[in-house]
Amino acid sequence: MKNAGIAAGLVLAILAIVFVGTEVLNLDAFFGILPLIAMAIFIIGFIYRVLNWAKSPVPFRIPTTAGQQKSLDFIKQNKIDNPSTKGGVIVRMFLEVVFFRSLFRNSKAEVTDEGNITYQWEKWLWLFGLCFHWGFFLTVFRHLRLFTDPVPGFVKAWEMIDGAFWVDLQQIYLTGFILLLGITGLIARRLYMDKVRYVSLVQDFFPIFLIFGIAVTGMFMRYLTHVDITAVKAVAMGIAGFNIGAILEACAMYDISVNFWFHLTLVCTLLIYFPTSKLMHAAGIFMSPTRNMANNNRMVRHINPWNPDVEVHSYQEYEHEFHQKMKAVGLPLDWDYDEEGNQLPKKN
Amino acid sequence: MAKLPKPQELTKIDFKPPETSWMDTPVDFRPGTYSYASKPESLEMIGFPNPRIWSPADEDWKLPENWQTIILDGLRDRLQRFRSLKVYMDICVRCGACADKCHFFLGSGDPKNMPVLRAELLRSVYRKEYTLAGKLMAKMVGARELTLPVLKEWFYYFFQCTECRRCSVYCPYGIDTAEITMIGRELLNLVGLSIDWVMGPVSACYMKGNHLGIQPHGVVDSFDMALDDIEDITGVRLDLSYNRKGAEILYVPPSGDVFATPGTYSLMGQLMLFHEMGLDYTLSTYNSEGGNFGLFTSNEMMKRLNAKIYAEAQRLGVKYIIGGECGHMWRVLNQYMDTMNGPAPSNLEVPKNPVTGTVFENARSTKMIHVTEFTADLLRHNKVKLDPSRNSNIIATYHDSCNPARAMGLFDEPRYILDHCVEWHEMPEDTIREKTFCCGSGAGLGNDENMEMRMRGGFPRANAVKFVKERHGVNMLACICAIDRAALPPLMNYWNPGVEVCGVHELLGNALVMKGEKKRTENLRFEPLPNVDDEEEA
Repeated sequence: MKNAGIAAGLVLAILAIVFVGTEVLNLDAFFGILPLIAMAIFIIGFIYRVLNWAKSPVPFRIPTTAGQQKSLDFIKQNKIDNPSTKGGVIVRMFLEVVFFRSLFRNSKAEVTDEGNITYQWEKWLWLFGLCFHWGFFLTVFRHLRLFTDPVPGFVKAWEMIDGAFWVDLQQIYLTGFILLLGITGLIARRLYMDKVRYVSLVQDFFPIFLIFGIAVTGMFMRYLTHVDITAVKAVAMGIAGFNIGAILEACAMYDISVNFWFHLTLVCTLLIYFPTSKLMHAAGIFMSPTRNMANNNRMVRHINPWNPDVEVHSYQEYEHEFHQKMKAVGLPLDWDYDEEGNQLPKKN
Repeated sequence: MAKLPKPQELTKIDFKPPETSWMDTPVDFRPGTYSYASKPESLEMIGFPNPRIWSPADEDWKLPENWQTIILDGLRDRLQRFRSLKVYMDICVRCGACADKCHFFLGSGDPKNMPVLRAELLRSVYRKEYTLAGKLMAKMVGARELTLPVLKEWFYYFFQCTECRRCSVYCPYGIDTAEITMIGRELLNLVGLSIDWVMGPVSACYMKGNHLGIQPHGVVDSFDMALDDIEDITGVRLDLSYNRKGAEILYVPPSGDVFATPGTYSLMGQLMLFHEMGLDYTLSTYNSEGGNFGLFTSNEMMKRLNAKIYAEAQRLGVKYIIGGECGHMWRVLNQYMDTMNGPAPSNLEVPKNPVTGTVFENARSTKMIHVTEFTADLLRHNKVKLDPSRNSNIIATYHDSCNPARAMGLFDEPRYILDHCVEWHEMPEDTIREKTFCCGSGAGLGNDENMEMRMRGGFPRANAVKFVKERHGVNMLACICAIDRAALPPLMNYWNPGVEVCGVHELLGNALVMKGEKKRTENLRFEPLPNVDDEEEA
């Protein structure tokens, strides 16, 4: 709980800084330009981390095989969970990234009072995770409206689908609520499940609180306070074009609500934090040798670039040590031996 | 040796995490839950550092002066050599999906047996040493220095993981605790920290060709005993050859099957089958072990032991290699051998079953096939005459051994053999195939001093056997792993008395009808066959 408190405190501190910065010190321009810095850090940091991982080689081919191998023709191979081809690996990775296939397998094991173990399908982590990631992705996608002019047709089309429901003459974007549901579920798990809480660090609570804050401030603007959308679009277009002049102009021209600055600065924090943190799992999954390799180990040799030279105990040494005992039980020998047991040059 | 608690006491498992944070909860070397230290002579034999007499329970571990530097340099070096390690140090989100997947956690309730925390033991030091955030705000990101208490935790928990990879199946990123544990053990070995039950076999295997340290004449004696038993039971005398040049096939069993029951019964079944099929094969005393405890030591040691297989196949001039029923052996053969010691010597050819003509394209590079692949192929082509009624007193279940399951995917070949030999029933879905549970004694932990932890770790497996025992009357647990055959009998004895353990080929050997055999009255264990009396009455 202490770790959760610290993480919550950090997020609140960021909000306080934004409030003071924009409402008291009128530093709107700084918070308007911050996204450019954040984007740069995100992109450079992300690439750096991936390249840094890639620098280390993959010495061994170690897929986790979660299905029948390819062997005899009358035994059906599980081509997805135990792929032997690149195509199979791509399907496995696709299902993992898009549908969280491994998490879908998740079960909960419990020991009963009678001393038996029971297993139940445990869907919540999978469901919350899926809601959160997909909700987040589609919500970000929807935000393309703010960064494009004219707004592309596919963005508008998605808006129509996402916003098919109306409540009280207000268009509701479903994905935003799905995101909120997912992130709330993930926070609740981390706080209330003994095991997960015990392993959680500040760095585990911080990003989920941050994203929760982003979702809440965003929805606040969308459904309750209604920010000046022209102003927001002007700032956003400046960001999209990496046009500092346009951003400064927009900041000077409009009196933009603090809610917007809350939202935007939390997003910036997330972008800056991303490459330094576990959030890099987004890229890391593609580089995980247990998931991105085919189990064709016995078909195609995998090369280890640093395959070490090692000392081995040769047959010659072995025979030298045991030749008398070997001879006594009639085992064939490759070498002759003199009376002292010295090995003589090889026969024939 | 510590007294083993009763099963009823053992299942009172407290899953509530302690009040103190895991970083501030030092390890307790409680007798019965850890393995004895490696002996100096074992380390000397293979040239490993810091050979000395010590005990994990001692305050002073007699480490080299600069042990921290050695380990931290070793870690840096491995981060540069293993992408797996580097990625797995960085991307865990601590979602907890792995937590209750570990058999040691389910059997002990100790939170550091959750795979996530086992890895955090290493990650916390990694963050402190190699990340900026860890240096600047250690507490926040879960970073800590490598102190002696931390090192002791590493030793305790990296030797309380059987590298079974079950957690890796459930991890959304495939983070493999086996990889963490293997590298953790490599680091520990740099300063002379390992256990006797690993380093004893490793040094014996290095010098003598098998983990038990049996010399060549002893190997021959053991096979001779098996031949005598086969002759007594079937009336057929098999002819074996050792170190014979020019044989078509080199057969490499795990040495556990040569020297100890019930593995010997399974070995007998294989020898009988090979004889019946007229295979031109030979055995090697130099390489009288397919198993490889180097896997539980370091990748270099694994390579040193594994090198003998191809070397011997080359010396003898065989065409291909058949490997016996062994679990971790097949992790090495499937995922490491070709990379480490390949390419296969040029005298080897793509394995081809001389009886059926089947070409094993799936082993076209390594030239080594699993004996259950070989046998399943024979059965498919109706080349084997079987009388399954000889197993009619047996109701079996099948235990997928961790490594053939999750490092190979060998699931249906052994099942196909069972289908032909015996009535058998699957255990519950969450405990078989890729979700199979470890015997609790793998990766070198199958020693007597560690018995309580073995019974705890084996509890989920045993409990699944209990389920089919009660539902179907199962009395035999079949498997394809020599460590299983050593570890599961005491496990069954403890949790499910009355359930015996066998290799798949023991059941095949019982059922096998051989040319020229006498009327069989006993199974391979010299127990009366179930169908004999009935026939006589009729």
